[in-house]
Amino acid sequence: MERTCDCCPNPAVVHEIVVKDGLKAEVHLCAEHAQERGFILPTAHGPTLITGKLLAQARAAAPKQPKACGSCGMTMGQVRETGLVGCPLCYRSFESELGAIIERAQAGACAHVGRHPLHAADLVDRAALRNRLARELREAVSREEYERAARLRDRLFEIGGGENGAADDESGGAVSTANDGRSPSGGGPS
Amino acid sequence: MSAADDARIPGDPRARPGASGVPRVPLIGVDPADHREVPMADCVLSSRVRLARNLIGFNFVNRSSPDQLGDVVHRVQAARLGGPFEAGTRWVNVQATAPIDRLMLFERNLISRPFVEAPHPRCVAISADETTSVMVNEEDHLRLQMLAPGMQLAPLSERMFELDRSLERSLEFAFHSRFGYLTACPTNVGTGIRVSAMMHLPALRMLEELDKVQRAAKDMHLAVRGFHGEGTEALGDFFQISNQTTLGRSEHDLVEEFAGVIVPRFVEYERAARRALVSRDLPSLDDRVHRAVGILRSCRLLALDESIKFLSRVRLGIALGRITDIERPLVDRLLLEVQPAHLARATGGEVGHGRDDRAARADLVRGALRR
Repeated sequence: MERTCDCCPNPAVVHEIVVKDGLKAEVHLCAEHAQERGFILPTAHGPTLITGKLLAQARAAAPKQPKACGSCGMTMGQVRETGLVGCPLCYRSFESELGAIIERAQAGACAHVGRHPLHAADLVDRAALRNRLARELREAVSREEYERAARLRDRLFEIGGGENGAADDESGGAVSTANDGRSPSGGGPS
Repeated sequence: MSAADDARIPGDPRARPGASGVPRVPLIGVDPADHREVPMADCVLSSRVRLARNLIGFNFVNRSSPDQLGDVVHRVQAARLGGPFEAGTRWVNVQATAPIDRLMLFERNLISRPFVEAPHPRCVAISADETTSVMVNEEDHLRLQMLAPGMQLAPLSERMFELDRSLERSLEFAFHSRFGYLTACPTNVGTGIRVSAMMHLPALRMLEELDKVQRAAKDMHLAVRGFHGEGTEALGDFFQISNQTTLGRSEHDLVEEFAGVIVPRFVEYERAARRALVSRDLPSLDDRVHRAVGILRSCRLLALDESIKFLSRVRLGIALGRITDIERPLVDRLLLEVQPAHLARATGGEVGHGRDDRAARADLVRGALRR
Protein backbone atom coordinates (compact mmCIF):
# COMPACT_ATOMS: atom_id res chain seq x y z
CA MET A 1 0.00 0.00 0.00
CA GLU A 2 1.34 3.40 -0.93
CA ARG A 3 2.17 5.57 2.07
CA THR A 4 0.84 9.09 2.25
CA CYS A 5 2.71 12.09 3.61
CA ASP A 6 2.52 12.62 7.38
CA CYS A 7 1.57 16.25 6.71
CA CYS A 8 -0.78 16.03 3.73
CA PRO A 9 -2.66 13.49 1.63
CA ASN A 10 -0.03 13.42 -1.11
CA PRO A 11 2.01 10.28 -1.70
CA ALA A 12 5.18 10.10 0.45
CA VAL A 13 8.49 9.98 -1.42
CA VAL A 14 10.83 10.19 1.64
CA HIS A 15 10.68 7.47 4.26
CA GLU A 16 12.89 7.86 7.35
CA ILE A 17 13.08 5.54 10.33
CA VAL A 18 14.63 7.08 13.44
CA VAL A 19 15.47 5.00 16.51
CA LYS A 20 15.92 7.15 19.59
CA ASP A 21 16.18 5.94 23.17
CA GLY A 22 15.16 2.49 22.00
CA LEU A 23 11.97 3.75 20.38
CA LYS A 24 11.37 3.57 16.67
CA ALA A 25 9.75 6.48 14.89
CA GLU A 26 8.85 6.60 11.20
CA VAL A 27 8.67 9.71 9.07
CA HIS A 28 6.96 9.74 5.65
CA LEU A 29 6.98 12.92 3.61
CA CYS A 30 5.90 14.12 0.20
CA ALA A 31 8.45 15.99 -1.94
CA GLU A 32 7.24 19.40 -0.86
CA HIS A 33 7.30 18.70 2.87
CA ALA A 34 10.59 16.79 2.62
CA GLN A 35 12.25 19.89 1.13
CA GLU A 36 10.72 22.04 3.83
CA ARG A 37 12.45 19.87 6.44
CA GLY A 38 15.86 20.16 4.78
CA PHE A 39 15.95 17.02 2.66
CA ILE A 40 17.59 17.49 -0.73
CA LEU A 41 15.81 15.13 -3.07
CA PRO A 42 17.82 13.01 -5.49
CA THR A 43 17.91 14.09 -9.10
CA ALA A 44 19.59 12.59 -12.15
CA HIS A 45 22.81 14.56 -11.46
CA GLY A 46 22.38 15.50 -7.80
CA PRO A 47 23.31 13.89 -4.54
CA THR A 48 21.65 10.83 -3.09
CA LEU A 49 19.00 11.32 -0.46
CA ILE A 50 21.39 10.60 2.44
CA THR A 51 24.27 12.74 1.24
CA GLY A 52 21.75 15.41 0.36
CA LYS A 53 20.53 15.52 3.95
CA LEU A 54 24.10 15.65 5.29
CA LEU A 55 24.89 18.46 2.87
CA ALA A 56 21.87 20.40 3.99
CA GLN A 57 22.85 19.98 7.63
CA ALA A 58 26.42 21.06 6.89
CA ARG A 59 25.20 24.14 5.06
CA ALA A 60 22.93 25.06 7.94
CA ALA A 61 25.77 24.63 10.40
CA ALA A 62 28.39 26.53 8.35
CA PRO A 63 28.87 30.18 9.23
CA LYS A 64 27.71 32.61 6.60
CA GLN A 65 30.99 34.60 6.71
CA PRO A 66 34.56 33.76 7.77
CA LYS A 67 34.90 33.77 11.54
CA ALA A 68 36.64 36.89 12.78
CA CYS A 69 38.18 37.77 16.13
CA GLY A 70 35.60 39.73 18.08
CA SER A 71 38.26 42.13 19.33
CA CYS A 72 40.60 42.98 16.44
CA GLY A 73 38.64 41.63 13.46
CA MET A 74 41.41 39.31 12.27
CA THR A 75 40.24 36.20 10.40
CA MET A 76 41.94 32.83 10.49
CA GLY A 77 42.67 33.26 6.78
CA GLN A 78 44.65 36.41 7.55
CA VAL A 79 46.47 34.62 10.34
CA ARG A 80 47.51 31.89 7.90
CA GLU A 81 48.53 34.46 5.30
CA THR A 82 50.68 36.60 7.61
CA GLY A 83 51.77 34.03 10.19
CA LEU A 84 50.73 36.48 12.91
CA VAL A 85 47.64 36.90 15.07
CA GLY A 86 46.14 40.30 15.70
CA CYS A 87 45.60 40.51 19.45
CA PRO A 88 45.62 38.39 22.60
CA LEU A 89 41.92 37.58 22.19
CA CYS A 90 42.62 35.91 18.81
CA TYR A 91 43.92 33.02 20.90
CA ARG A 92 40.44 32.57 22.32
CA SER A 93 38.64 33.19 19.03
CA PHE A 94 40.75 30.64 17.12
CA GLU A 95 41.82 28.44 19.98
CA SER A 96 41.20 25.18 18.19
CA GLU A 97 42.95 26.15 14.92
CA LEU A 98 45.86 27.89 16.64
CA GLY A 99 46.21 25.00 19.09
CA ALA A 100 46.81 22.63 16.17
CA ILE A 101 49.36 24.98 14.56
CA ILE A 102 51.16 25.53 17.85
CA GLU A 103 51.28 21.84 18.65
CA ARG A 104 52.93 21.10 15.29
CA ALA A 105 55.47 23.92 15.73
CA GLN A 106 56.24 22.96 19.31
CA ALA A 107 57.10 19.32 18.74
CA GLY A 108 53.76 18.12 20.11
CA ALA A 109 53.65 20.32 23.21
CA CYS A 110 50.23 21.81 23.79
CA ALA A 111 50.21 23.41 27.25
CA HIS A 112 52.37 26.00 28.98
CA VAL A 113 54.70 25.03 31.77
CA GLY A 114 56.76 27.59 33.65
CA ARG A 115 56.62 31.18 34.72
CA HIS A 116 53.50 33.29 34.67
CA PRO A 117 52.72 36.95 35.39
CA LEU A 118 51.76 37.78 38.94
CA HIS A 119 48.36 39.03 37.79
CA ALA A 120 47.61 35.65 36.19
CA ALA A 121 48.27 33.58 39.29
CA ASP A 122 44.56 32.77 39.75
CA LEU A 123 44.30 31.77 36.11
CA VAL A 124 47.21 29.40 36.44
CA ASP A 125 46.00 27.98 39.75
CA ARG A 126 42.57 27.33 38.26
CA ALA A 127 44.07 25.63 35.22
CA ALA A 128 46.29 23.47 37.42
CA LEU A 129 43.31 22.52 39.61
CA ARG A 130 41.26 21.69 36.52
CA ASN A 131 44.04 19.50 35.19
CA ARG A 132 44.35 17.66 38.49
CA LEU A 133 40.60 17.09 38.81
CA ALA A 134 40.38 15.93 35.20
CA ARG A 135 43.18 13.43 35.79
CA GLU A 136 41.54 12.16 38.97
CA LEU A 137 38.20 11.88 37.17
CA ARG A 138 39.76 9.74 34.44
CA GLU A 139 41.37 7.53 37.06
CA ALA A 140 38.11 7.21 39.00
CA VAL A 141 36.21 6.18 35.88
CA SER A 142 38.86 3.65 34.92
CA ARG A 143 38.60 2.13 38.44
CA GLU A 144 34.80 2.17 38.23
CA GLU A 145 34.58 4.45 41.31
CA TYR A 146 31.46 6.12 40.01
CA GLU A 147 30.41 8.01 43.12
CA ARG A 148 33.82 9.62 43.39
CA ALA A 149 33.77 10.30 39.64
CA ALA A 150 30.42 12.06 39.99
CA ARG A 151 31.77 14.27 42.77
CA LEU A 152 34.84 15.14 40.70
CA ARG A 153 32.66 15.89 37.69
CA ASP A 154 30.50 18.24 39.76
CA ARG A 155 33.60 19.97 41.10
CA LEU A 156 34.85 20.45 37.54
CA PHE A 157 31.54 22.01 36.57
CA GLU A 158 31.83 24.39 39.51
CA ILE A 159 35.19 25.73 38.36
CA GLY A 160 34.13 25.85 34.72
CA GLY A 161 36.09 22.90 33.44
CA GLY A 162 33.23 21.27 31.50
CA GLU A 163 32.10 17.69 31.67
CA ASN A 164 35.30 16.31 30.25
CA GLY A 165 37.21 18.51 32.53
CA ALA A 166 40.42 18.69 30.56
CA ALA A 167 42.14 21.99 31.03
CA ASP A 168 44.01 21.50 27.82
CA ASP A 169 40.88 21.07 25.75
CA GLU A 170 39.31 23.86 23.80
CA SER A 171 37.10 25.02 26.62
CA GLY A 172 39.83 25.13 29.18
CA GLY A 173 41.87 28.15 28.11
CA ALA A 174 41.39 31.44 29.86
CA VAL A 175 43.14 34.52 28.62
CA SER A 176 44.16 37.52 30.67
CA THR A 177 43.46 40.38 28.35
CA ALA A 178 41.65 42.95 30.43
CA ASN A 179 41.24 46.12 28.50
CA ASP A 180 42.00 49.11 30.65
CA GLY A 181 40.25 51.50 28.30
CA ARG A 182 43.31 53.58 27.49
CA SER A 183 43.77 51.97 24.15
CA PRO A 184 41.04 49.62 23.03
CA SER A 185 42.30 46.63 21.15
CA GLY A 186 39.28 46.51 18.87
CA GLY A 187 38.98 48.07 15.48
CA GLY A 188 41.75 46.52 13.46
CA PRO A 189 44.73 48.27 11.95
CA SER A 190 44.60 51.81 10.79
CA MET B 1 71.58 59.47 33.19
CA SER B 2 67.87 58.82 33.39
CA ALA B 3 65.28 57.68 30.91
CA ALA B 4 63.93 61.19 30.76
CA ASP B 5 67.29 62.56 29.64
CA ASP B 6 67.00 61.01 26.28
CA ALA B 7 63.43 59.86 25.94
CA ARG B 8 62.55 60.92 22.44
CA ILE B 9 59.15 59.43 21.87
CA PRO B 10 57.79 58.66 18.42
CA GLY B 11 55.63 61.53 17.36
CA ASP B 12 57.32 63.77 19.90
CA PRO B 13 58.54 67.04 18.35
CA ARG B 14 61.66 66.74 20.50
CA ALA B 15 62.73 63.79 18.35
CA ARG B 16 65.81 64.83 16.43
CA PRO B 17 66.68 62.71 13.42
CA GLY B 18 70.34 61.92 13.28
CA ALA B 19 70.86 63.21 16.80
CA SER B 20 72.16 59.75 17.52
CA GLY B 21 70.94 58.36 20.76
CA VAL B 22 73.50 55.64 20.22
CA PRO B 23 75.44 54.93 23.37
CA ARG B 24 79.01 56.14 23.62
CA VAL B 25 79.90 53.80 26.46
CA PRO B 26 82.68 51.26 25.91
CA LEU B 27 81.67 48.17 24.03
CA ILE B 28 80.75 45.51 26.50
CA GLY B 29 82.08 42.05 25.81
CA VAL B 30 84.98 43.27 23.75
CA ASP B 31 86.87 45.09 26.42
CA PRO B 32 90.05 43.06 27.05
CA ALA B 33 89.67 43.52 30.79
CA ASP B 34 86.17 42.11 30.71
CA HIS B 35 86.34 38.48 29.84
CA ARG B 36 89.66 36.79 30.06
CA GLU B 37 88.11 33.91 31.97
CA VAL B 38 84.84 33.66 30.08
CA PRO B 39 83.47 30.08 29.99
CA MET B 40 83.87 28.30 26.64
CA ALA B 41 85.09 31.51 25.01
CA ASP B 42 87.31 29.43 22.69
CA CYS B 43 84.20 28.19 20.88
CA VAL B 44 81.40 30.54 21.96
CA LEU B 45 81.63 34.18 20.95
CA SER B 46 78.58 35.32 22.90
CA SER B 47 75.37 34.11 24.49
CA ARG B 48 71.97 35.76 24.60
CA VAL B 49 68.60 35.39 26.32
CA ARG B 50 65.48 36.96 24.89
CA LEU B 51 61.92 37.20 26.19
CA ALA B 52 58.87 38.17 24.13
CA ARG B 53 56.08 39.98 25.97
CA ASN B 54 52.90 41.79 24.96
CA LEU B 55 50.75 44.24 26.87
CA ILE B 56 47.19 43.57 27.87
CA GLY B 57 44.67 45.91 26.28
CA PHE B 58 46.49 46.53 23.01
CA ASN B 59 46.39 44.87 19.62
CA PHE B 60 49.65 43.25 18.62
CA VAL B 61 52.08 45.43 16.65
CA ASN B 62 51.04 44.08 13.24
CA ARG B 63 47.41 45.07 13.94
CA SER B 64 47.95 48.46 15.57
CA SER B 65 47.76 52.00 14.27
CA PRO B 66 50.76 54.34 14.68
CA ASP B 67 48.90 56.12 17.49
CA GLN B 68 48.32 52.86 19.33
CA LEU B 69 51.99 51.97 18.92
CA GLY B 70 52.92 55.40 20.26
CA ASP B 71 50.75 54.62 23.31
CA VAL B 72 52.64 51.37 23.80
CA VAL B 73 55.94 53.28 23.71
CA HIS B 74 54.64 55.79 26.27
CA ARG B 75 53.40 53.01 28.51
CA VAL B 76 56.75 51.19 28.48
CA GLN B 77 58.74 54.38 28.93
CA ALA B 78 56.65 55.19 31.99
CA ALA B 79 57.39 51.79 33.51
CA ARG B 80 60.23 51.16 35.92
CA LEU B 81 62.68 48.97 34.05
CA GLY B 82 64.81 47.86 36.99
CA GLY B 83 67.59 45.28 36.86
CA PRO B 84 70.53 46.33 34.66
CA PHE B 85 68.68 49.56 33.86
CA GLU B 86 69.01 50.80 37.45
CA ALA B 87 72.51 52.07 36.67
CA GLY B 88 71.26 54.11 33.70
CA THR B 89 68.97 53.83 30.72
CA ARG B 90 69.40 55.25 27.26
CA TRP B 91 66.18 55.44 25.24
CA VAL B 92 66.73 55.58 21.49
CA ASN B 93 63.90 56.62 19.22
CA VAL B 94 64.78 54.28 16.39
CA GLN B 95 62.29 55.87 13.99
CA ALA B 96 64.04 59.22 14.29
CA THR B 97 67.61 57.94 14.43
CA ALA B 98 70.03 58.20 11.52
CA PRO B 99 70.37 55.01 9.43
CA ILE B 100 74.05 54.60 10.35
CA ASP B 101 73.24 54.64 14.06
CA ARG B 102 70.43 52.15 13.59
CA LEU B 103 72.89 49.88 11.82
CA MET B 104 75.40 50.30 14.63
CA LEU B 105 72.82 49.13 17.12
CA PHE B 106 72.07 46.17 14.87
CA GLU B 107 75.76 45.29 14.50
CA ARG B 108 76.05 45.29 18.28
CA ASN B 109 73.05 42.92 18.42
CA LEU B 110 71.12 45.45 20.49
CA ILE B 111 68.30 45.56 17.93
CA SER B 112 67.14 43.10 15.27
CA ARG B 113 67.32 43.44 11.50
CA PRO B 114 63.53 44.04 11.09
CA PHE B 115 63.73 46.71 13.79
CA VAL B 116 66.31 48.64 11.75
CA GLU B 117 63.96 49.07 8.80
CA ALA B 118 60.44 49.01 10.27
CA PRO B 119 58.39 52.12 9.38
CA HIS B 120 56.27 52.36 12.56
CA PRO B 121 56.87 54.07 15.93
CA ARG B 122 59.40 52.10 17.92
CA CYS B 123 62.20 52.63 20.37
CA VAL B 124 64.80 50.71 22.28
CA ALA B 125 65.99 51.04 25.87
CA ILE B 126 69.65 50.21 26.35
CA SER B 127 71.21 49.68 29.75
CA ALA B 128 74.27 51.76 30.60
CA ASP B 129 76.50 48.70 30.46
CA GLU B 130 75.05 47.69 27.06
CA THR B 131 74.32 44.17 28.24
CA THR B 132 70.57 44.60 28.04
CA SER B 133 68.08 46.09 25.62
CA VAL B 134 64.31 46.30 25.42
CA MET B 135 62.94 46.73 21.92
CA VAL B 136 59.48 48.29 22.01
CA ASN B 137 57.22 47.47 19.04
CA GLU B 138 59.34 44.88 17.33
CA GLU B 139 57.19 41.88 16.33
CA ASP B 140 55.96 41.89 19.93
CA HIS B 141 55.37 44.92 22.14
CA LEU B 142 58.47 44.08 24.15
CA ARG B 143 61.51 42.08 23.23
CA LEU B 144 63.83 41.95 26.22
CA GLN B 145 67.31 40.68 25.58
CA MET B 146 70.55 40.25 27.46
CA LEU B 147 73.94 39.54 25.97
CA ALA B 148 77.18 38.32 27.45
CA PRO B 149 80.50 37.19 26.01
CA GLY B 150 81.18 33.46 25.94
CA MET B 151 78.79 30.98 27.46
CA GLN B 152 76.95 32.67 30.33
CA LEU B 153 73.35 31.66 29.76
CA ALA B 154 72.55 30.51 33.28
CA PRO B 155 73.46 33.79 35.04
CA LEU B 156 71.98 35.77 32.15
CA SER B 157 68.67 33.96 32.51
CA GLU B 158 68.47 34.65 36.22
CA ARG B 159 69.05 38.35 35.60
CA MET B 160 66.50 38.30 32.81
CA PHE B 161 63.82 36.81 35.07
CA GLU B 162 64.55 39.51 37.63
CA LEU B 163 64.06 42.16 34.96
CA ASP B 164 60.84 40.48 33.80
CA ARG B 165 59.51 40.42 37.35
CA SER B 166 60.48 44.06 37.82
CA LEU B 167 58.64 45.08 34.63
CA GLU B 168 55.56 43.21 35.76
CA ARG B 169 55.15 45.60 38.66
CA SER B 170 54.17 48.33 36.21
CA LEU B 171 53.10 46.46 33.06
CA GLU B 172 50.54 43.68 32.61
CA PHE B 173 51.51 41.01 30.10
CA ALA B 174 49.01 39.02 28.03
CA PHE B 175 48.84 35.44 29.25
CA HIS B 176 46.71 32.38 28.53
CA SER B 177 46.34 29.45 30.88
CA ARG B 178 46.98 26.97 28.07
CA PHE B 179 49.32 28.85 25.73
CA GLY B 180 51.31 30.82 28.32
CA TYR B 181 52.69 34.24 27.38
CA LEU B 182 50.92 35.34 24.20
CA THR B 183 52.94 36.51 21.21
CA ALA B 184 52.12 37.90 17.78
CA CYS B 185 53.56 34.78 16.16
CA PRO B 186 51.73 31.73 17.49
CA THR B 187 54.92 29.66 17.36
CA ASN B 188 56.58 31.81 20.06
CA VAL B 189 53.93 31.35 22.77
CA GLY B 190 54.55 29.65 26.09
CA THR B 191 57.62 30.87 27.87
CA GLY B 192 58.43 33.30 25.03
CA ILE B 193 62.06 32.60 25.76
CA ARG B 194 64.79 32.25 23.16
CA VAL B 195 68.27 31.32 24.31
CA SER B 196 71.10 31.38 21.83
CA ALA B 197 74.83 30.99 21.52
CA MET B 198 77.04 32.41 18.79
CA MET B 199 79.32 29.48 18.07
CA HIS B 200 82.79 29.78 16.55
CA LEU B 201 83.35 26.53 14.65
CA PRO B 202 86.39 26.97 12.35
CA ALA B 203 87.84 23.47 12.80
CA LEU B 204 84.54 21.79 11.92
CA ARG B 205 84.43 23.87 8.77
CA MET B 206 88.02 22.99 7.86
CA LEU B 207 87.20 19.30 8.29
CA GLU B 208 84.02 19.82 6.24
CA GLU B 209 81.83 18.53 9.06
CA LEU B 210 79.59 21.55 9.42
CA ASP B 211 76.73 19.95 7.49
CA LYS B 212 76.64 17.11 9.98
CA VAL B 213 76.59 19.57 12.86
CA GLN B 214 73.77 21.57 11.30
CA ARG B 215 71.74 18.40 10.76
CA ALA B 216 72.32 17.41 14.39
CA ALA B 217 71.11 20.85 15.47
CA LYS B 218 67.92 20.49 13.49
CA ASP B 219 67.33 17.02 14.92
CA MET B 220 67.52 18.61 18.37
CA HIS B 221 64.83 21.15 17.36
CA LEU B 222 67.35 23.97 17.28
CA ALA B 223 67.43 26.85 14.85
CA VAL B 224 70.74 27.54 13.10
CA ARG B 225 71.12 31.14 12.02
CA GLY B 226 73.65 33.64 10.79
CA PHE B 227 75.97 36.13 12.42
CA HIS B 228 73.24 38.57 13.43
CA GLY B 229 70.45 36.11 14.20
CA GLU B 230 67.19 35.48 12.38
CA GLY B 231 67.16 36.27 8.68
CA THR B 232 70.90 36.90 8.43
CA GLU B 233 73.63 34.97 6.70
CA ALA B 234 76.41 33.04 8.32
CA LEU B 235 79.64 35.02 8.27
CA GLY B 236 82.85 33.06 8.25
CA ASP B 237 82.79 30.30 10.82
CA PHE B 238 80.20 31.86 13.12
CA PHE B 239 76.76 30.36 13.60
CA GLN B 240 74.02 31.12 16.06
CA ILE B 241 72.12 28.19 17.52
CA SER B 242 68.94 28.74 19.50
CA ASN B 243 65.97 26.84 20.89
CA GLN B 244 62.85 26.62 18.75
CA THR B 245 60.57 25.05 21.34
CA THR B 246 59.04 27.57 23.70
CA LEU B 247 55.98 25.65 24.96
CA GLY B 248 55.59 22.64 27.20
CA ARG B 249 58.85 23.03 29.14
CA SER B 250 59.71 25.54 31.82
CA GLU B 251 62.24 28.29 31.24
CA HIS B 252 64.49 26.66 33.79
CA ASP B 253 64.45 23.30 32.00
CA LEU B 254 65.04 24.93 28.59
CA VAL B 255 68.01 26.95 29.84
CA GLU B 256 69.44 24.04 31.78
CA GLU B 257 69.37 21.75 28.77
CA PHE B 258 70.67 24.38 26.35
CA ALA B 259 73.47 25.61 28.60
CA GLY B 260 74.30 22.29 30.24
CA VAL B 261 73.89 19.79 27.41
CA ILE B 262 73.41 21.28 23.96
CA VAL B 263 76.07 24.00 23.81
CA PRO B 264 78.70 21.84 25.57
CA ARG B 265 78.02 19.13 23.02
CA PHE B 266 78.73 21.48 20.09
CA VAL B 267 81.76 22.83 21.92
CA GLU B 268 83.03 19.29 22.32
CA TYR B 269 82.48 18.59 18.57
CA GLU B 270 84.57 21.65 17.76
CA ARG B 271 87.28 20.89 20.29
CA ALA B 272 87.54 17.33 18.96
CA ALA B 273 87.88 18.73 15.44
CA ARG B 274 90.63 21.08 16.66
CA ARG B 275 92.48 18.20 18.28
CA ALA B 276 92.19 16.28 15.03
CA LEU B 277 93.61 19.20 13.06
CA VAL B 278 96.56 19.50 15.43
CA SER B 279 97.37 15.81 15.43
CA ARG B 280 96.88 15.22 11.72
CA ASP B 281 98.77 18.10 10.16
CA LEU B 282 100.08 20.76 12.50
CA PRO B 283 102.27 22.55 9.90
CA SER B 284 99.25 23.02 7.66
CA LEU B 285 97.19 24.40 10.55
CA ASP B 286 100.04 26.69 11.58
CA ASP B 287 100.34 27.92 8.03
CA ARG B 288 96.65 28.81 7.88
CA VAL B 289 96.55 30.75 11.12
CA HIS B 290 99.86 32.56 10.65
CA ARG B 291 99.07 33.34 7.03
CA ALA B 292 95.86 34.96 8.31
CA VAL B 293 97.87 37.07 10.75
CA GLY B 294 100.25 38.05 7.95
CA ILE B 295 97.44 39.12 5.65
CA LEU B 296 95.68 41.14 8.34
CA ARG B 297 98.94 42.86 9.32
CA SER B 298 99.91 43.80 5.80
CA CYS B 299 96.79 44.12 3.65
CA ARG B 300 95.84 47.42 2.06
CA LEU B 301 92.30 46.49 0.95
CA LEU B 302 90.14 44.26 3.13
CA ALA B 303 86.56 43.23 2.35
CA LEU B 304 84.16 42.42 5.19
CA ASP B 305 83.91 38.69 4.49
CA GLU B 306 87.70 38.42 4.18
CA SER B 307 88.21 40.19 7.47
CA ILE B 308 85.81 37.84 9.25
CA LYS B 309 87.43 34.80 7.66
CA PHE B 310 90.97 35.77 8.69
CA LEU B 311 89.98 37.02 12.14
CA SER B 312 88.26 33.67 12.68
CA ARG B 313 91.51 31.86 11.86
CA VAL B 314 93.48 34.12 14.17
CA ARG B 315 90.95 33.42 16.92
CA LEU B 316 91.45 29.69 16.34
CA GLY B 317 95.25 30.10 16.46
CA ILE B 318 94.99 31.93 19.79
CA ALA B 319 92.69 29.26 21.26
CA LEU B 320 95.19 26.53 20.27
CA GLY B 321 98.18 28.46 21.57
CA ARG B 322 99.67 28.78 18.06
CA ILE B 323 99.45 32.59 18.17
CA THR B 324 100.68 34.20 21.37
CA ASP B 325 101.17 37.87 20.57
CA ILE B 326 97.49 38.70 19.99
CA GLU B 327 94.75 38.41 22.61
CA ARG B 328 91.33 36.99 21.88
CA PRO B 329 89.40 40.01 23.24
CA LEU B 330 91.16 42.18 20.66
CA VAL B 331 90.04 39.84 17.88
CA ASP B 332 86.49 39.89 19.25
CA ARG B 333 86.55 43.67 19.30
CA LEU B 334 87.74 43.75 15.69
CA LEU B 335 84.95 41.38 14.65
CA LEU B 336 82.61 44.18 15.66
CA GLU B 337 84.64 47.16 14.47
CA VAL B 338 85.07 45.86 10.91
CA GLN B 339 81.28 45.88 10.42
CA PRO B 340 80.19 48.56 7.91
CA ALA B 341 78.41 51.00 10.24
CA HIS B 342 81.06 50.84 12.94
CA LEU B 343 83.76 51.35 10.36
CA ALA B 344 81.90 54.24 8.76
CA ARG B 345 81.31 55.90 12.13
CA ALA B 346 84.98 55.50 13.09
CA THR B 347 86.21 56.97 9.81
CA GLY B 348 83.58 59.67 9.44
CA GLY B 349 82.01 58.11 6.36
CA GLU B 350 78.57 56.88 5.44
CA VAL B 351 77.27 53.37 4.91
CA GLY B 352 76.27 51.88 1.59
CA HIS B 353 75.73 53.59 -1.75
CA GLY B 354 78.49 51.47 -3.28
CA ARG B 355 81.07 53.04 -0.99
CA ASP B 356 84.31 51.10 -0.99
CA ASP B 357 85.31 50.73 2.64
CA ARG B 358 88.00 48.09 2.10
CA ALA B 359 90.93 50.51 2.52
CA ALA B 360 89.50 51.89 5.77
CA ARG B 361 88.97 48.37 7.09
CA ALA B 362 92.50 47.33 6.19
CA ASP B 363 93.90 50.44 7.94
CA LEU B 364 91.84 49.70 11.04
CA VAL B 365 92.90 46.07 11.31
CA ARG B 366 96.54 46.74 10.48
CA GLY B 367 96.65 49.43 13.11
CA ALA B 368 95.06 47.22 15.75
CA LEU B 369 97.35 44.25 15.12
CA ARG B 370 100.56 46.28 14.83
CA ARG B 371 103.31 44.67 16.87
